[in-house]
Amino acid sequence: MTGMPLLSLAIWVPIVGGLLVLATGSDRNAPMARSMALLTSVIGFLVTIPLFTGFDNSTSAMQFVELARWIPAFNVHYYLGVDGLSVLFVLLNSFVTILVVVAGWEVIKTKVAQYMAAFLIMSGLLNGIFSSLDGLLFYVFFEASLIPLYLIIGVWGGANRVYAAFKFFLYTLAGSLLMLVALIYLFMQSGSFSILDWHELPIAMGAQNLLFWAFLIAFAVKVPMWPVHTWLPDAHVEAPTGGSVVLAAIALKLGAYGFLRFTLPIVPDASQAMAPMMIVLSLIAVVYIGFVALVQADMKKLVAYSSIAHMGFVTLGFFIFNPLGIEGALVQMISHGFVSGAMFLCIGVLYDRMHSRQIADYGGVVNTMPKFAAFFMLFAMANAGLPGTSGFVGEFMVVLGAVQYNFWVAFAAATTLILGAAYTLWMYKRVVFGAVGNDKVAKLEDINGREFAFLAVLAACTLIMGIYPLPVTEVMHASVNELLQHVATSKL
Amino acid sequence: MSEMQNLYLVVPLAPLAGAILAGLFGKAIGRTGAHVATILGVAVALFASILIYQDVQAGNTFNGTVYTWATSGNLSLEVGFLIDELTVMMMLVVTFVSLMVHLYTIGYMQEDPGYQRFFSYISLFTFSMLMLVMSNNFLQLFFGWEAVGLVSYLLIGFWYTRPTAIFANMKAFLVNRVGDFGFLLGIGLIAAHTGSLDYAEVFSQADALAGKTIELFPGAPWLLISVICICLFIGAMGKSAQVPLHVWLPDSMEGPTPISALIHAATMVTAGIFMVARMSPLFELSETALSFVIVIGATTALFMGFLGIVQNDIKRVVAYSTLSQLGYMTVALGVSAYSAAVFHLMTHAFFKALLFLGAGSVIIGMHHDQDMRNMGGLWKYMKITWFTSLVGSLALIGFPFLSGFFSKDSIIEAVHFSTIPGAGYAYFCVIVGVFVTAFYSFRMYFLVFHGKERFGQAHHDHHGDHDDEEPSDDHHHGLAPGQKPHESPWVVTVPLILLAIPSVLIGFLTIEPMLFGDWFKRAIHVTASHDTIGQFAEHFHGAAAMAMHGFTTLPFFLAMAGVVLAWFFYLVKPEIPAAIMRTFKPLHTLLDNKYYFDKFNEVVFAGGSRLLGQGLWKGGDQGVIDGLIVNGTARTISLVAQASRLLQSGHIYLYAFSMIIGLCVLLSLWFSVV
Repeated sequence: MTGMPLLSLAIWVPIVGGLLVLATGSDRNAPMARSMALLTSVIGFLVTIPLFTGFDNSTSAMQFVELARWIPAFNVHYYLGVDGLSVLFVLLNSFVTILVVVAGWEVIKTKVAQYMAAFLIMSGLLNGIFSSLDGLLFYVFFEASLIPLYLIIGVWGGANRVYAAFKFFLYTLAGSLLMLVALIYLFMQSGSFSILDWHELPIAMGAQNLLFWAFLIAFAVKVPMWPVHTWLPDAHVEAPTGGSVVLAAIALKLGAYGFLRFTLPIVPDASQAMAPMMIVLSLIAVVYIGFVALVQADMKKLVAYSSIAHMGFVTLGFFIFNPLGIEGALVQMISHGFVSGAMFLCIGVLYDRMHSRQIADYGGVVNTMPKFAAFFMLFAMANAGLPGTSGFVGEFMVVLGAVQYNFWVAFAAATTLILGAAYTLWMYKRVVFGAVGNDKVAKLEDINGREFAFLAVLAACTLIMGIYPLPVTEVMHASVNELLQHVATSKL
Repeated sequence: MSEMQNLYLVVPLAPLAGAILAGLFGKAIGRTGAHVATILGVAVALFASILIYQDVQAGNTFNGTVYTWATSGNLSLEVGFLIDELTVMMMLVVTFVSLMVHLYTIGYMQEDPGYQRFFSYISLFTFSMLMLVMSNNFLQLFFGWEAVGLVSYLLIGFWYTRPTAIFANMKAFLVNRVGDFGFLLGIGLIAAHTGSLDYAEVFSQADALAGKTIELFPGAPWLLISVICICLFIGAMGKSAQVPLHVWLPDSMEGPTPISALIHAATMVTAGIFMVARMSPLFELSETALSFVIVIGATTALFMGFLGIVQNDIKRVVAYSTLSQLGYMTVALGVSAYSAAVFHLMTHAFFKALLFLGAGSVIIGMHHDQDMRNMGGLWKYMKITWFTSLVGSLALIGFPFLSGFFSKDSIIEAVHFSTIPGAGYAYFCVIVGVFVTAFYSFRMYFLVFHGKERFGQAHHDHHGDHDDEEPSDDHHHGLAPGQKPHESPWVVTVPLILLAIPSVLIGFLTIEPMLFGDWFKRAIHVTASHDTIGQFAEHFHGAAAMAMHGFTTLPFFLAMAGVVLAWFFYLVKPEIPAAIMRTFKPLHTLLDNKYYFDKFNEVVFAGGSRLLGQGLWKGGDQGVIDGLIVNGTARTISLVAQASRLLQSGHIYLYAFSMIIGLCVLLSLWFSVV
């Protein structure tokens, strides 16, 4: 398989497939659009499997590298490759795309081809982000991925979709413009757009600080970190289910990934200096957002806030600079992809039937939807970080890493054990448990085969990763060690 | 040895297989299929445990990895088994009680639509509990710890349409999470300072840990080992329901009775006791932690006993008695009498499971009425339940020769010999506790089985807090007028008899090897200066002699006084308790409100959190961030845009004028620089 340009396939199969789906045009051809989209997403996932099976855990070097000239005048290359930090996200993204296509199967009735195409194209662009080793190429994918998501929220979204779409677009665009300046500065200093070259580039402390802030603003908005998080709840609430799934499962990981690929290795001294601030911001995300999530009346908002809190664990893990922290954070990112995706799909299942996301409109769902209730229970527990589910692995590792760094940091982080359980289970109790809440709940039908399929697949992923996370952590070791070495080596 | 290792795997996996079968394929295999599958699973686990017990007795212990769960840095996180005397004893207790409860459930839940689900849960519980006790490392311990918490959550809320049940299960989970919060930090400290989560590795570094300090507050270095042990013990306080994290256990009685016996009396709640005993090499190094343990345990033992006196719900009396007995075990841990704690854990598992299942049998006989005020004189109708409950009650109050006597008296003696700060207070608590235990136990016994028959009358206001029942809910309805209670079917009474036997005998048979022999020598570590059991051993001349001597000691007289007083109050002069209640109204109110712990938690923690959340959301997110900054930025931009639109007026003279001003400013700047 080494001869195959696997990463290019991972990027271009969904994009080309998406364009073909788009070509089916009007909703008269919707069945064909759906089938084509499913086929494309499955092929898109299949081509990424060799990335995992053929991955060499022993090296931190980039693998499956593809290098071609793109804009010679600026030394820009079409330069792709993955290492232990990125390879799993390519898989996760391609996998989630299938789920999203299946989840939108019957639910999306208008502009089906366009909907499916948007997701497929976005999937390709996201794979591009995770595999770009050229700064400009990364930037192009990074910005381009905004457009499909913007359209998904703006076209298929809820009542207040325009406000949410704009807020989302402007927030993230404003952030990434500064990153472009940073990338150009790095090019001027090094004469190259290769990210790996930048890792070795000596930079003075003043410049490092400026670069750190430029990257921070771009990535912090994407994560999102407190206090630039307020676009996320709005975007989630207005987005269709599939949009929320991709947003939570993949899009939020871009910012976090950016920290690992750019900030930490390119400006290690500034990262060290700013670490206390980053840790405090992360802890605010965990604790403050935990309390905010508790009082949400809208299920999607609640899960959106819980996503922010979970991502707080990710940034915390990055900036305590030890293997447990960073690997825990990476595991948390993958797990959050499954769990938050599943949570949004569960809410979608309810929304499709009741057309409400308000917790107060439910109650006693278990009486009419026992199968659904069982799945939802599993994902709720995973969201609360129960051992045996994937949600536990990352949190456990990050807390262990945090104790090594400072007891009180770990103390604050560990409050998620209580807060996470409180907001998730309280919601679950009000929605699922109890006597039948109203006539609408009494008429609910349990999940159908299609819904059962995607929930079961996610349940399996959540459990397998909770019971045996070793294959996932082993992929990361070499690259994380290399990264930590970069962080520990001064560039001054 | 590899044959034994396979057997170790069989013990937890057999119940797991049963749970999966009953849970996922419950419809396909039907009710009978579900109970056959799960009972078979647990029976296999019990049988395998017996074989392992014989193997351990022959001197073969085991400590090894099953698989590597994850690695990171230098830390290897593993799943593995430690099979030694302590483990195998727990395995026997868990699988035996679990098997009894499985059998009993056939009778207790026969009319319940969630039959298969129930069996699936209790088998899943058995799996989780076995993983917990068989672990050789902190990771798996924590896994089992939280997994039993999950099953407990699912089972307390088993009747999910009842508001009280789904409130109680969330409360239980969250309070346990508070404990787990401390537990996780303790585990984190251990990993950070020893680089391992493996028990053997950590214990081998215990002495090095003892020398370290940690500065949690600047300028105040604390002994690291004390911080670790207290953090771990906070976990135990949650799971083993010690004050102030006890609040979930009485409410957990909302669950079906079989799980009250299995989870909330015999096994899960003793996980904390087991854990501290397992960690004895660490706790022995910190007198601060031991003192903390003693004070918490003693407070729980006495003050939770008081609450048992004012309960009218039969299950709640047993629940408070469980809290109090857990307090006894905790005190024993604090005075370094780990073996006595584990010994009491074992005897308590039998007689408390017996009492709970007996209470359940009474509840079946009473058609799901749990209020003792509606009972009385049941001994005539339920002979087996009556007699076994009497045995359980006598064992609980420590009547000589019964199992509870040996374990409780050993604890009292050990506290007596202890010199750790707090032991004096603990001695007072455990001695007074004997009287209180006897009083509430026989209050219950007399109210239920003797005296006037009060059932079959119209009873309206029983169950003050269960008034919100659903019409479809067929529990809690009680006997119709003229109806008589009836003895339960054999699946209920056989477990009662099988539990009554060890409740009588197990203490007499095992005290010598467990406390004074070599049984726990390898599993439990006691520093010579703390060796209260060793001091007690000097006065020990055989179980029979101890029991005979037991008739002449203070605890026996106190217990008898409690029984006699209960008899007098509730059979001879039932008007006295009412009079006392009136006279000491404030005290009764305090007890009736359970010292206001629930109220405090509801107002301060639950209410406070919601208030804080609202404040941060409305004030922080919507007010400052969105209102001021995000939308504020948008507003500012539009203001700037409007202002600049004024400038672009199209009047040439304005443009020219501004150019001249600009030029002047630039020139003046340039000149001032030159």
